[in-house]
Amino acid sequence: MRLRNLTLCIITVATILGMFLSCQSQEELDMRNYLSNGRSLYEVKCRNCHGEQGEGLGELAPPLTDSLSLKKKKKQLSCIIKNGLEGEIQVHGKVYNEKMPAFTELTDMEVAQLIVYITNSFGNSQGHYPYNRVTEDLKNCPSSAQL
Amino acid sequence: MRFSNLFFAMMVLFACAACRQPGKLPIYGPRDVAPGQTDTVYKTIPPFSFLNQDSVPLTQDAFKGKVYVADFFFTSCSSICPVMHRNMKTLYDAYKGNPDVLFLSHTIDEKYDKPSRLKKYAQKLGVDEKQWQFVWGPKKDVYSIAEKDYLVAVQEDSTARDGFVHQGWLVLIDPDKRIRGAYDGTLPEQTGKLKKDIATLLAEYKK
Ligand code: HEC
Repeated sequence: MRLRNLTLCIITVATILGMFLSCQSQEELDMRNYLSNGRSLYEVKCRNCHGEQGEGLGELAPPLTDSLSLKKKKKQLSCIIKNGLEGEIQVHGKVYNEKMPAFTELTDMEVAQLIVYITNSFGNSQGHYPYNRVTEDLKNCPSSAQL
Repeated sequence: MRFSNLFFAMMVLFACAACRQPGKLPIYGPRDVAPGQTDTVYKTIPPFSFLNQDSVPLTQDAFKGKVYVADFFFTSCSSICPVMHRNMKTLYDAYKGNPDVLFLSHTIDEKYDKPSRLKKYAQKLGVDEKQWQFVWGPKKDVYSIAEKDYLVAVQEDSTARDGFVHQGWLVLIDPDKRIRGAYDGTLPEQTGKLKKDIATLLAEYKK
């Protein structure tokens, strides 16, 4: 009888604890998924210009290591990736004036995976960015790709 | 059984034909024996003249007695060119200041890549030096030298993302104007091999 109570108690506690833990790590789990898909997408679509380590390419493509710049533009990243970017920008205090092509073929989910990857690699760590935020952000893209 | 033996023998023969002296790179392209001579005549890059990034004519004379790496690209190319030139730049950095090694990039976009644009591109890539020349020429001349002489396929194609399709070969030319290697410039491993092969080629000509 005592033993049965104890077992029941342990099971109950473990279940509650398990639920709590799994709740907590659902976002982490999502983020891990986004990260690994984002990395594959980055290698195919972005690495040629922005480099293996996000180092950029001379003045032809900016590095993606400027956390401040990425943070400031967080809500615009979806539009930049989907619609491309041209005109003068500053990254790490250096001026870039080139053209990034549009990646219109990407789904909102893929854009989100890319954002999570670049904002959590190359010395950045800005956490998760679920795809519904991308859907939201894309409603407010500037008509030209300029910022 | 007999047939497979024959096949095997042929493979060995082929392998031997491809055998080369150690420390020497193969020589590419069709070859002839000139009439009345016993020496093999190899395919060579014919004379050329293009405008470089300073709008100055650049001819084959500039490459006399030099080892050089040639490629074909265009400045608005967003697919393979950035990675090709990223890799080529590592070669350039490795042989920077070596007067016997040069680099030659031809644009295949006659319309937009005028010399002034090539100049800007070179500056932005960080290689605006005599050792790496960027050249512009009439489409028919550039396409012809690419396909017939450097053996690199290039083509205008409105369905391709940037309007052209072309291959990312880096072609290694020896001081006798012969092709000694072609490397996929989009792959760091191949570019690494090219770096070694340049050294091998330089050593061959030192003797
Ligand atoms: C053809 C080269 C090229 C490719 C491919 C490319 N970019 Fe870019 N990217 C650029 C250039 C050039 C700029 C700067 C544009 C300007 O000067 O306005 C840029 C800017 C950016 C910026 C803004 C950085 C900042 O701090 O303001 C981000 C973010 C970015 N790119 C992400 C990506 C992602 C993600 C991909 C892959 C889907 C990608 N880029 C693919 C060339 C490229």
